[in-house]
Amino acid sequence: MGLEDLQHNFLTGTLEGFVKWARAASSWGANFGLACCAMEMMAAGAASYDLARFGMEVFRASPRQADVMIVAGRVSQKMAPVLRQVYDQMVEPKWVISMGVCASTGGMFNNYAIVQGVDQIVPVDVYAPGCPPSPETLIHAILTLHQKIRTGEITRRGSGRSGAGIHLESPTSRPPRRISVS
Amino acid sequence: MSFFKGFAVTGKLPFKPRVTVQYPEEKKPKAERFHGRHVLNRYEDGMEKCIGCELCAGVCPARCIYVRGADNPPHDPVSPGERYGFVYEINFLRCIHCDMCVEACPTEAITESKLFEFSFVNREDAIYTKAELLVDDEGNPRQLPWEDWKPGDERNTSAWVRATSPSGAASLEGRPLWSAELGFGVRAPERGQSDPSSADYPAENDLSLREMVPGQLRAVHVSDRRPERGRSGPAEGDG
Repeated sequence: MGLEDLQHNFLTGTLEGFVKWARAASSWGANFGLACCAMEMMAAGAASYDLARFGMEVFRASPRQADVMIVAGRVSQKMAPVLRQVYDQMVEPKWVISMGVCASTGGMFNNYAIVQGVDQIVPVDVYAPGCPPSPETLIHAILTLHQKIRTGEITRRGSGRSGAGIHLESPTSRPPRRISVS
Repeated sequence: MSFFKGFAVTGKLPFKPRVTVQYPEEKKPKAERFHGRHVLNRYEDGMEKCIGCELCAGVCPARCIYVRGADNPPHDPVSPGERYGFVYEINFLRCIHCDMCVEACPTEAITESKLFEFSFVNREDAIYTKAELLVDDEGNPRQLPWEDWKPGDERNTSAWVRATSPSGAASLEGRPLWSAELGFGVRAPERGQSDPSSADYPAENDLSLREMVPGQLRAVHVSDRRPERGRSGPAEGDG
């Protein structure tokens, strides 16, 4: 019959698709603007780019209502425990976008005061390059995250180096056209 | 009656032009000297321009470039001259796109394109190797699996190198002082100060600024037509 190859039975497979669709279509952001990247994050939420098209128009100031933490800006050593606490207060499932080079690697601030990469503190799912990333680059990162939510597992989390425990196959075998907003 | 004033504001809005750019389908026009991801250029005969001098790595404030030079093999040289860059890596999670490497490069080997649509799911992807940065045989940048730009965008290079009046001398305006590129020849200089209509090529799917606001541009004597494609070198008799 070939049924032994099925990873899920029909009912939960459909339910899983529904849950992933719901999560990707309304992933609310936690407000974590730290520096100039936050300006671009605000611009992405404003009228000319309008994150509401992706169900992300609300940036929650309370971490318990947020799904995606967009770390926008350089994270100083003093801010690091705060950031970790905000991340811990968020409810599962939760994702992190590291926006800009300062949050991703420290960028040009290679010194004692800045955390050299926010992935030392919280597990990061998507990195958006740029200094600061334009709203379009941020939306690209958000769409990458949405695709990651839709193609990943819904339950297995916290394994491996990547934040959500979701591993896309290999970086080079991914199809080039990733953005398909439906 | 002030109660209804708010409704009046809301009621007017459907008749105003919509400002939202539907990003993944269409893009805003980019600035003339937009700093996107880097490309490593080649000469028209296919030789690499990079000579491995490591000036870009030295000037980089974010220390994101790693270059190593090596002697050219005498029978099969990679670049004209003695040396070539045999390792060239840029970490795009450190690069701040300041374009100081472009200014430092003595051979215009590294320039910036207007490609910006990329995001990474792991850090290894962010380190671009020389094979990924180098332009292909047509002179266009290679599209990597995690980049989402559309066909036509790769022709858009940043005009920083081809800036109006190199060295700041007004007498040099419109004269190309750089070497030819593979696939493009000597690109037209950016002559924004005297002739804005000779700006860089707009990509096929970009709405250029002159198409979005033609009325305002005509008021300042700017043509609302697109510049011609495939033009190389400054046109005779204008400027």
